[in-house]
Amino acid sequence: MTLLSVETEQHLITTARRIRKNVLTAIHAVGTGHAGSSLSLIEILVMLYFRHLKIDPKCPNWEDRDWFILSKGHGSPALYATLAAAGYFSEERLQSLRQFGSGLHGHPVAGQLPGIDVSTGSLGQGLSIAVGLALGFMRQGRTNRVVCILGDGELQEGQNWEAANTASTFGVANLCCIVDRNGLQNDGDTETIMPLGDLCARFRAFGWQAMEIDGHNFQAIDKALWYARQSSVPCILVAKTVKGRGVSFMEGVVKWHHHPIDNNHLVLALSELDGALM
Amino acid sequence: MLERATRDAYGEALLELGSCDPRVVVLDADLSRSTYTDRFGKRFPERFFNVGIAEQNLIGVAAGLSMTGLIPFATTYAIFIGRAFDQIRQSVCFAGTNVKIVATHAGLAASHDGGSHQGVLDIALMRSLPGMTVISPVDYHAARHAVFAAVEHSGPVYIRLQKEPVPILTSPNETFQIGPARRLSEGRDVAIFATGSMVHPAIIAAESLLNQGIESSLVEICTLKPIDITTIREVCSSCGCFVTAEEHSRYGGLYDAILHALAGEVRCPGTPVALNDCFGDTGSWQELRIHFGLSNIDIERAALRALALRDFPLSSSHL
Repeated sequence: MTLLSVETEQHLITTARRIRKNVLTAIHAVGTGHAGSSLSLIEILVMLYFRHLKIDPKCPNWEDRDWFILSKGHGSPALYATLAAAGYFSEERLQSLRQFGSGLHGHPVAGQLPGIDVSTGSLGQGLSIAVGLALGFMRQGRTNRVVCILGDGELQEGQNWEAANTASTFGVANLCCIVDRNGLQNDGDTETIMPLGDLCARFRAFGWQAMEIDGHNFQAIDKALWYARQSSVPCILVAKTVKGRGVSFMEGVVKWHHHPIDNNHLVLALSELDGALM
Repeated sequence: MLERATRDAYGEALLELGSCDPRVVVLDADLSRSTYTDRFGKRFPERFFNVGIAEQNLIGVAAGLSMTGLIPFATTYAIFIGRAFDQIRQSVCFAGTNVKIVATHAGLAASHDGGSHQGVLDIALMRSLPGMTVISPVDYHAARHAVFAAVEHSGPVYIRLQKEPVPILTSPNETFQIGPARRLSEGRDVAIFATGSMVHPAIIAAESLLNQGIESSLVEICTLKPIDITTIREVCSSCGCFVTAEEHSRYGGLYDAILHALAGEVRCPGTPVALNDCFGDTGSWQELRIHFGLSNIDIERAALRALALRDFPLSSSHL
C-alpha cells in the first residue's frame, strides 16, 4: 500500500471533474442517457483506472491485465469518459455516445470499443461473469484480478445472490466488487421499492469481506481497494454515493436516473463544475 | 439393435477431453448424477464446478470462465434452459462467448417427473438466438462426436441430449461435421426430416411406406442451426411434400426450421410430427410418445397427409 499524496489526489479531482463534464456534454449531444447513474460512479472509476487496475490503455487486450465489469451497464457514459481520459481512445469520440455506428452503445459492448472487457446491459449478470473470470484466472495460476461494479438497485436481481454464494464457495479472493449505493433506482428510492437493507451484513452472511466507504472520497476508496487486495476471500465495498453527484439540480433526484439534458441544464451544470475549480 | 443414451456419450466424451484438452472445464447445477458430468468431476475435480441449483449463475460463471480462455461445458436438463434464457442471450450469445451448453433429458424423457420437467421448447429458445449453433445428435456416437466438434467450434453451441437409450444408427468412425444434414435414403415421393430420438421411428415409417410403394427421402437433421438449407431445398424440390419428426413443440423446432429454409424459395406442403402446442404429461417415455403422436405410425400417417397435399402425382410407377 502506498499513501495517496496530496498532489495525486488533486490530479484525480481534476480528472474527475473533466470526466463529469464530458459525461454531461455527451448525454446532452445525443439527448438521451443515464446522467445521474453515471455521475455517482466517477470517483470510483477514476480511482480504479488511474491508480489501481493493472492495465495498459495502449494495449487494451494485454493478457495479464486486470478485468473490469460494469454490471450496471447503464452507467456506461461514465465508463466511456474514464476510458477516454485514461487514453484508450480520443475524448472527441465521446460525442458519438449512443449514436449509430459509434461503438458507444447505451450499455457497454465488448469488442466494439477499446477497454470494454465484458458486455453488460441486462441487470444482475455481471457478478456471475466476474466470478467465472476470477475462478478461471485462479485455476490457471494467473495473477489477473477482477473488479466488478454493481448498482444497488441491481442487487434486487436474485442471480447476484447465486453468484455471491459461488464466489465464497470457490474462494475467489482475486475478485473485488463495488456497489454504487446511491439509494435510487428507476422508479424511486431503493428502500421503498424493495429494501436492500444492510448490504455489508448481507454479503458477510454469504462469506465475503465487506466494508462501507464514502464513494466520493478518494482517500477512502483508495484505502478500501488496498484492503480488498489483502483479503483472502472475495471482497465487496459498499460505496455510499449520491446519484447525480456534482450537479446540484441532479443530486438525489430520481428523474435524472435517465433524462435528456437540454441546453439550459448543460450550461448550468458545466458552470457549477467549473465553479468547483476555484 | 444396440441402444445407448446420448447423455452417456457426453459423460464419456468429457472424460476423454479432460485428458487431452486442459482448456475444457465442466459446470453443472446439481444434476451431475443424471447428466453424467459427475464422472468428469471425480476425475478432474479442479476443473469441475457444481454451482448448485442456480441455472442463471451457471451460465454467467461459464461465460466468465470462457473469457479466460477456458472452454466451459455448462450442463443441466433441457427444461431448465428456459430458466437461464436471458443469461444465454446476454452473457453468452450477445457477448459472443465460447460457452458450450449441454442439456440432457430433452423432449419427453423426464417422463415420470411429469410435464413440468419435459423440455419440449428448448430448440425454439436456442434457435432464436443469433450466433447460437444448435445440435441434436441422433445416437451415442453422434453425441460423442458433437461434444468434440463443439470444442473445435469457436462460439456458443447448444447440444440437446436424451435421457433414454436410443438405437445406435451410426458407426463410431463416421465423420461428423456441424452443419450438413445426413441423407439416409433417396426417394422422390415424400421428404422425411427427423432429428434426435425421432430418426429411428422415421426409419421404420419409411420402410412401411416403401412397402406401400411410397419412396421417401429420409434426411437426418443433426444441426438445427445453422441448418443445411441446400439439402432441404433440394430434397423438397424433388419430393414435392415433406414431413418432420421431432420430440419438441411444433413451434420453433424442426418443422419451423424447415418452413424457414423453404420460405420464398420452394413451394412444398409439409406436415409436422411434434407436440401440438401442449405441455408434457406423466407416464413412461414410450407411453408419452404414443400419447403425443410421436410414433412411427404417426410419421407414416403424416407422410400420407403430406402426399395428399402435393401439387403433382406420385412418381413411383407401381402406384
